[in-house]
Amino acid sequence: MMKSKADEEDYWNSSKFKAFTFDDEDDEFSRLKESKQAVNSIRRLVEEDDDEDDVEKVSWSGEPVGSISWSVRETAASNQRTDREPTFPKINTDTPTLSKSNSGYSLSSLFKGKTKGGNFQSFNDCESELHCMNEWMNDDWSPEETIQRMQQGKAFSLEKFRSLQDKLLLLDFAVSAHDGNVITAVLIYLKRTLGKEVLFRELESRQTALRHLIQYLTETRDQRLLLELLRSLCRTGPCTTGREHLSITDENKRRDFLKSCLSLPFSPEDSAHVQDHFTLLERQIIIEATDRQAERGGKVEIFQKFPRRASILNMPLVTTLYYCCFYHYTEPEGTYSSSLNIRQTFKISEKQYFVTALAARAKLKAWSDVDALFTSRNWLGFTRKKSPLSFQRVVDILQKNSAPTQVLQDYVALVDDAELRISLAQKHKCHDIVINTYRDLKDRQLLLGYRGKVERGSAEERKIDELLNNPRRRWK
Amino acid sequence: MAHSARRDSPELPDFSLLKRLARDQLVYLLEQLPGKKDLFIEADLMSPLDRIANVSTLKEHEVDKLYKVEYKPITSTSDQLCFLIRPRIKTVKWICDVANADKATGKFRRYKIIFTPQKFYACEAVLEEQGIFGDVTTDEWAFYLLPLDDDIISLELPEFFRDNFLAGDQRWVRTAGSALHLLHSLYGPFSKVYGIGRCSKMAYESWREQVAEGEQRTRQAEIGRVFLIDRDVDFVTPLCSQVVYEGLVDDIFRIKCGCVEFGPDVTSDKSVKVMLNSQDKVFNEIRNEHFSNVFGFLSQKARNLQTAYDKRRGMDIKQMKTFVSEELKGLKQEHRLLSLHIGASESIMKKKTKQDFQELLKTEHSLLEGFEIRECISFIEEHINRQVSMIQSLRLLCLLSITENGLMPKDYRSLKAQYLQSYGVDHLLTFANLRHLGLLVEQQPGETLTVMESKVGKLVNDKTAGKLTDAFSSLARKSNFRALSRRLNLVPKSGEEYDLRVPRDMAYIFSGAYVPLSCKLIEQVLERDGWTGLEEVTKLLNGNEFAVTGSNGADSKAKNDAQRIILVMFLGGCTFSEISALRFLGREKGYKFIVVATAITNSSRLLESLLDNHV
Repeated sequence: MMKSKADEEDYWNSSKFKAFTFDDEDDEFSRLKESKQAVNSIRRLVEEDDDEDDVEKVSWSGEPVGSISWSVRETAASNQRTDREPTFPKINTDTPTLSKSNSGYSLSSLFKGKTKGGNFQSFNDCESELHCMNEWMNDDWSPEETIQRMQQGKAFSLEKFRSLQDKLLLLDFAVSAHDGNVITAVLIYLKRTLGKEVLFRELESRQTALRHLIQYLTETRDQRLLLELLRSLCRTGPCTTGREHLSITDENKRRDFLKSCLSLPFSPEDSAHVQDHFTLLERQIIIEATDRQAERGGKVEIFQKFPRRASILNMPLVTTLYYCCFYHYTEPEGTYSSSLNIRQTFKISEKQYFVTALAARAKLKAWSDVDALFTSRNWLGFTRKKSPLSFQRVVDILQKNSAPTQVLQDYVALVDDAELRISLAQKHKCHDIVINTYRDLKDRQLLLGYRGKVERGSAEERKIDELLNNPRRRWK
Repeated sequence: MAHSARRDSPELPDFSLLKRLARDQLVYLLEQLPGKKDLFIEADLMSPLDRIANVSTLKEHEVDKLYKVEYKPITSTSDQLCFLIRPRIKTVKWICDVANADKATGKFRRYKIIFTPQKFYACEAVLEEQGIFGDVTTDEWAFYLLPLDDDIISLELPEFFRDNFLAGDQRWVRTAGSALHLLHSLYGPFSKVYGIGRCSKMAYESWREQVAEGEQRTRQAEIGRVFLIDRDVDFVTPLCSQVVYEGLVDDIFRIKCGCVEFGPDVTSDKSVKVMLNSQDKVFNEIRNEHFSNVFGFLSQKARNLQTAYDKRRGMDIKQMKTFVSEELKGLKQEHRLLSLHIGASESIMKKKTKQDFQELLKTEHSLLEGFEIRECISFIEEHINRQVSMIQSLRLLCLLSITENGLMPKDYRSLKAQYLQSYGVDHLLTFANLRHLGLLVEQQPGETLTVMESKVGKLVNDKTAGKLTDAFSSLARKSNFRALSRRLNLVPKSGEEYDLRVPRDMAYIFSGAYVPLSCKLIEQVLERDGWTGLEEVTKLLNGNEFAVTGSNGADSKAKNDAQRIILVMFLGGCTFSEISALRFLGREKGYKFIVVATAITNSSRLLESLLDNHV
């Protein structure tokens, strides 16, 4: 504790990660503050003749605008042909290899391939190519060649692939090309030209294509077809219903929808969650209606003192519990809005209930309620403070709800670990606890050191002095 | 900052060329619609556009007014509208609405859509469906790569991660291949490509095909080797709290497109936007440092600055004149930067102290070590009970699941139930997504699964069996983190001293507690020039590794520095901590790494992209 500064720095920089702590405000922080002061003291000088623009702008040095001709030259240069032999080997991307279709005669060599990245393909270019292509359109591009052309952004037509076999061949080649853009394009064509039943049936064994279709339908918000597709695949899990559910904004409709969901084949675990969700929404609708009325009526004190910030509808369970602990804490267990009732109905864990009630009552500064939460009686009728949460956390929660020192003190004192207790006590200025702990540790040095940290002439200082001056005390 | 840097590190190629190319192509495309026009820009393209062009560039090419795409009816009165957008169906639909509304009121305008980096057939299908096809002209702006810094290039495609890994949509595979192709033709030819992951393999194939399709010129290679890695190979690293300065700044203030906005809590004045890159001399020296070293550095720097200013005392007029003209400007610049970063550090300290960062880190380290798991679980539980940050809780749950190879069924159910109670049942969808990705799963007794699979397999035909295997494999997807960690020595023995000031390995980016798996793989593969000897590791990572040599690679080997310039492409995003680790590795081994990422990510961005509680 009393290491010299240099020692401490050494310690800081040498040991493993435990050494660095974000909690330690004293040390690094003060160093930082020093540097800040140093820098700030210079400020005046700087501001004397500050040409803002000069200093403010820190930007990437962009080169002057290159001319278009420069760019065109650059592209032209990159087009100088060398050898065309493949420089890198193909690797297996674990898709089933497809039988090449037998229309071996390729026309692609007749058209000069356009590189995608380099050349600027203007609309006019496309048009002329399209025109040119039309001449060849009655031809027989194989499914494979068509996919290749699609990948390269060349003109193509899918209309002539009318047999199911051709369509599927098209799809399979698209999938094996790993180009999602092309896969989706083919799927759009299949969706248009095939009955749903046929399409869905074929997709069942084509997972990659299936996922592309799901994504496409999601993106185009084609809810109806998406649901049909997922239902046909027996995927009634959360993805299907969840999306539909979220699109319903009216709470009553939402409740009815949830009710209809209860019969769906969710996993047993998820169906319990959906059931809870339904019950909760039902409950929230009732509470909201009653409370809104009570608030408007202006007769219930708590709503006047702490107006509700938002409606409780669609809030998570814990938020609802907090709300009930805040506004309806004293209600008997029989009412819908009673916090105990919520706890019972949704089987909220002891710890969860405790944390939430603690925060809510502390926020209201209802310290007696807080106190009561901890109090348990043993069989002899003695009371003692018990908590499912470590007292360190309790202090943290209370402090975040701006509990006064007198309240904090009670709970800091209950922290078991002496070191932790002292650091918490110091942090929250619970002087008595620090003093008592040092006294119990019989550490005169520390006590003496602490004397400098309490206010001059305060009761704490007097207490320390008394202890220090008491000749009967034994110190380490 | 005493790094045992090797002095023979090669120079990085100049990537400003990429910006110039992109700008010139944009100008060319704008000129395709001659005359005055209003330009609508998609929100997430604004910052990237800012990095390569400015308003005056646009004005020079007859752009009159600039608008952000907001999915609302437009107010523009121009008779020519140009839309600069990502190829998204939602945006195209909106443009159709605009055009159809004009039609309804008998207003005639010309429309042009510029898709970047490429257009998708699905977007054109929307134009067709809405009866707009032919009324608009479309173009592609091949703006694949945005250099964010000397050694960072981003595709600025955050949706890559979700689309590819969660939805299984391969629309961006070719984009990745094209980006690689562009780099290859400007800075290649590459001689060696390594990679791991399904998407990496596909991107490699797409690139290879594009190389074969196109023509190429022979030139002196500037980049010799390439490493492709899928984000789902390593989820642990991006889920850890970042403690290196640049990563920490990203975690707290969110760096967007190389730029961060510091609020009044940092500047104690109005908010400022600051570019964070190697041009910022102060930042450049602390970006890769562990946060605990940053204070020391900043105070030293402040002292130096003071001394430099003090020099002016006792100067005569002439000396003062030189001082003002030569030094003052630099000093002022430094002064401004210094106070910014001091302010930022202060604010970071405050925020972290408030949220029990120390305890959080302790929990993370325990999880990485596989130590005191029950304590970790109850820490996470309290986190959830208290409704502390929803993302933070999710992050810890995922970290617990990956490091433990899934949660025990009892824990999984209880934590999930509590999570849903605290943050809403809507998160059922989130859990489904996380399970699908293998980020948060229930432990499955492995044997039961395979036995069941083969039994069922015998009963049904092949097709269905294939489907079953698919279903099972997503359940059985294990992270095997513990085994990997042992094999690759990712978690140093606890209790060992670790000097964060003089880091001895990449673990320093996580306070000496963990060597990032992604970077460790890169190190090992480069060292072995392939995957030989790493068979066990790749098996644990579900395979999909490759190492290929190009025909031009064999002879030119070791001839030039290019072999030591290594391009690492992260498919699905990369964190600043990983970049810091690679910079460290580069200094140690005399490499220079260029990081190409589909986007810069961190734990929050990664998890936010998997949420589904919004429509």
